Order: sequence, then C-alpha cells, then structure tokens
Amino acid sequence: MSPQQSPPADRPKAAPKPTPETQPYWDAANRRELAIQRCTSCGKAFFYPRSACPACYSQQVEWFVASGRARLHTYLISHRPAPGFAEQVPYAIAVVELEEGPRMMTNIVGVDNTPENLVLDMDLEVDFEPRGAQLVPVFRPAAKPAGRPAQSAAGRPAGTPAESPA
Amino acid sequence: MTAKAKVAIVGAAETERIGVVPDVSALEMHAESARRAVADAGMTLGDVDGVAAAGISPISVAHYLGITPNYVDATSIGGCSFLVHVRHAAAAISAGLADVILITHGESGRSRTGAPPRAADPASPQGQFEAPYGTLGPPTLFPMGVLRYMKRYGLTHEQLASVAVAQRRWSSRVPRAMFRDLITVEDVMASRMVSYPMHLLECCLVTDGGGALVVTSAARAKAVPGPKPAVYVLGTGEAAETPLVSMMEDFTTSKAFTVSATRAFAEAGITPSDVDHLMVYDAFAHLPIYGLEDLGFVGRGEAGAFIEEGNTSPGGRLPMNTNGGGLSYTHTGMYGMFLVQESVRQLRGEASAQVPGVQTSVAQGVGGMFMSAGTLVLGTEAVAGA
Repeated sequence: MSPQQSPPADRPKAAPKPTPETQPYWDAANRRELAIQRCTSCGKAFFYPRSACPACYSQQVEWFVASGRARLHTYLISHRPAPGFAEQVPYAIAVVELEEGPRMMTNIVGVDNTPENLVLDMDLEVDFEPRGAQLVPVFRPAAKPAGRPAQSAAGRPAGTPAESPA
Repeated sequence: MTAKAKVAIVGAAETERIGVVPDVSALEMHAESARRAVADAGMTLGDVDGVAAAGISPISVAHYLGITPNYVDATSIGGCSFLVHVRHAAAAISAGLADVILITHGESGRSRTGAPPRAADPASPQGQFEAPYGTLGPPTLFPMGVLRYMKRYGLTHEQLASVAVAQRRWSSRVPRAMFRDLITVEDVMASRMVSYPMHLLECCLVTDGGGALVVTSAARAKAVPGPKPAVYVLGTGEAAETPLVSMMEDFTTSKAFTVSATRAFAEAGITPSDVDHLMVYDAFAHLPIYGLEDLGFVGRGEAGAFIEEGNTSPGGRLPMNTNGGGLSYTHTGMYGMFLVQESVRQLRGEASAQVPGVQTSVAQGVGGMFMSAGTLVLGTEAVAGA
C-alpha cells in the first residue's frame, strides 16, 4: 500500500455514482424498492439498467418494482476487506437470481457468511443498506421460503405504493 | 490439417529477469522485451513498421524505441490482449497494412515501478453494480462461478487443488519459475483462504516482467529465415462476453472461451485431438478447468478428474501450462504474453520443460474476469504447410 493511501478501515464502502440512465434504479432503492426494467416488445426483464433490451434491442422498455424474492445463485467469501468492510471480513460477495429472471451482485445480510449457512439456491428477500447517501439492495434469507403469489411476481409500476407491507 | 498459414511468429522473447524487478519501469520492460524479440528474429528495430501493445500505449512504446509505425494496435481487453494483437497482426499483414509487427508487454505488477494508477470509476457499471458489495480486485470477482460449477458437476475441493499441484510439477523443471517446490493437494488446502473456495495456492502470483513477439508474413519468414525456426499462425479467435462477472450468462462456462476457440480451431482446420500442447490462462485454479471443457478437450464436468488423474502433468497425454502457469511461473497482471512465449518455445523445441515432438500448440487467453478471450493455434513448419 502506498503511503498516501489511507488504510481500508478508514475509508467508507464504495458508493455508486448514478448516470442519467440508472438514476431511476437508485432513486427507487432510496425508497427501499428494487426497480428493474422489462422490455415491452419481448417481455423479458433485465438487469443492469440501460436504455434498450439486451435480448431483442428494442428501446420499448419500462421500469417495474420487482418482488424482491430471489435465490442464491453463486458466491465467494472474501477474506480480505475492501474499504469499509474491515469489521465484516470474511464476507460473501454473491450473485442472486431474482424471481423475475435477471441476476445481480449483492451481499447477504442477517446470517453469518459461512459456507454452511450459505447454501446455493436458498430463498432470499431484498433489504437495503447504505453506501454513503445511497441505499443499495442487499439480500437476507427469506422469512417464508415458499408461497410466491403470482400477482407480486408480475410487479407493479415503480414509485407506486405496495399493496401490503412486506 | 490443411491450414496454409499466411503469417508467422519469427521472434519471441521475455525480459531477462522476471519475478521481482523493482529497478525496471513498466515502459522499459516493453522496450527491453522488444529489443530481445527483434534480435531473436535476426532483425533490427528498423525492420519494424507496426507496433501493438497493451497496458502502455503502442505510441509510447514506439516513440520510446525510436520507431515511427505505419500500423498501431492499442487493443487493450485484459490479459488476452497480446493473443488478439497476433490475430489482428495476421489480418493486417495479409491485407498489406504492415510487414513486420512488434507486439509488446511489460508490467510492474508487483513492484508498481512506473505503473499507471489503478482507479475504479464509481459511475461505470462495475462501480455502480459490483463495487458497493466489497469487491477488491480479481480474487473477489474471478472465482464467482466456482461454487455453482461445484454444485452442478460435483467438482471437489481436492480436484480444484490438483490444478495447482499439476502445474507445480511443470514449474519444478523451469529454472525461471518463481515457485518450483513440489506441492501436494494437502499443501494447497492448508494454504491461507483468500476468497472461499480459493486458497492462496489456487491464486496466481503477482510479478514484474515483460515479453514481446515479432510477426511477419509466412513468405518473408521463408525468404529471410531468422536464426530460430518460425512458428506459424494456423488459426486465431477473439470474443467478448461481459465487463461484469456478475452478468455471465452461465457461471459454469466462459462464453468468450467457446466463441473464440471455436473460430480459431475452425480456421486452423483442427480438432482437440490434433493438439500436442496447451496453454490455458490460469489467473486462478478454476480457469484451466473451464478452458479444457470450453475448448472441447473433455466433456462437461470432466476436467477436474482429468487434471487430478495427471493427464495434464508431465508424461500425461495433454501437457498443459508447461511453464508452471500464472500459479507458479509468473503473472504480471496481463499474463497472456507468457502463454504465447511458452507455446513458441515448445514448438521450437527450446522449452525448459520440453515436451517431445510438439507440432501443434494452442494458447487460450482470458481478459478481465471472463470478460474477453483470445485463442491462437500455432504450429511448426511441418504442420503449417508453409
């Protein structure tokens, strides 16, 4: 480490810097909503946010609030702390598969990050954690593993209130 | 094999010293490699009319050397860039854009002498959608799919460790390798956990060093032979999948590997059974496993057992990573140059751990974290039909 660099423990966790195209995603996260996009031409949901569908190239895309339900697709457990993670090490960096199909990187909270606790394909639900002034989606083991109402899976327009508290 | 190679690698060299070299800057490593490779080709820098480089701009390299190139390639797509430079050089030479193309690598990966700063842009896709989750360089990104692969195919931790064991068997015969002591699966599993499931000995070295290649037409290689046998470019491929490892389409296979290698093998007119020697970029121990399957050397889920049984070790039927690889030989950061150097040495019959009778060698490079790929199928004059 170079002398002018402060030790990782003294620096905050990396915070995202939104672009115009990703701003709705980050605004939603600050409302504790996981908003992703869906192509209205081919119907496919996708992540990360962008201006056109990566499956069919259509620019007819819309935002919706995802159910927040996901499964643990894969992960690793870092034994070296990134800035701001010194007190959590070792911690998992995971990829989850959302109920709507897309996958995203995240952290797993609410459970010790050990290989025994983190079983691939386990059910998870979204939560939010601060990175600077921004909330970012993280996931915790699902309170109720089964019973996925079809209504929620279809999603609702971003920014509208939830029908019932999660 | 019916390939009629149009271009050849006629010069290849690494820096005199690799490993820990704090007294040489990254730029000087490009230059030293260039001088050595040109001399290896029996040429002078005055013969060079094209320059390709990654890490440092080919313009900087060319000017430092005193060359005014009429062809530059600044393709910088990670550690496989140099394999892709060879592919582009082959096209450029065939199209008459240049006659003699110099490809250089130099990196002060360990000592950071004259090395550019490493900075992450928080507005990039990585900065927004990966960095907030505590990523800290390749160990926290590259092995992301390993647990999914293990669940899908039953790969064991011992089989994963056997990759490092097999490559140490090779590097024990290579005086220039940084790590040369033989190790066991138990040694690997007892080494410090870096990023579960990857132990320290399943992660590559971090070193200083450089290398360079000189590429010209097969016709020129024949007409003006250098002091060393020419190595012919039989087929090439390149591909890109994703800048974000978290967006891989399938975590148990590299789409970029498959696309790139399929193209290279088809151009060369070969199948895996024609390959005498294989180099697969091993930033981490799982890469050779993915490479063996994605290139079609073994079936899906079979690579762990294949390596564990010794098939890629000295005396095995598919000698792989015969310099010891990034795990044991050297890994400057963009290691791909060293894949090609070892393939060239094996085809010339001058490798430290020489495999008898290598006529066809494949080098498979990766860039980023399964971001991109480059493939070279290289051969001796006997198989090139040159």
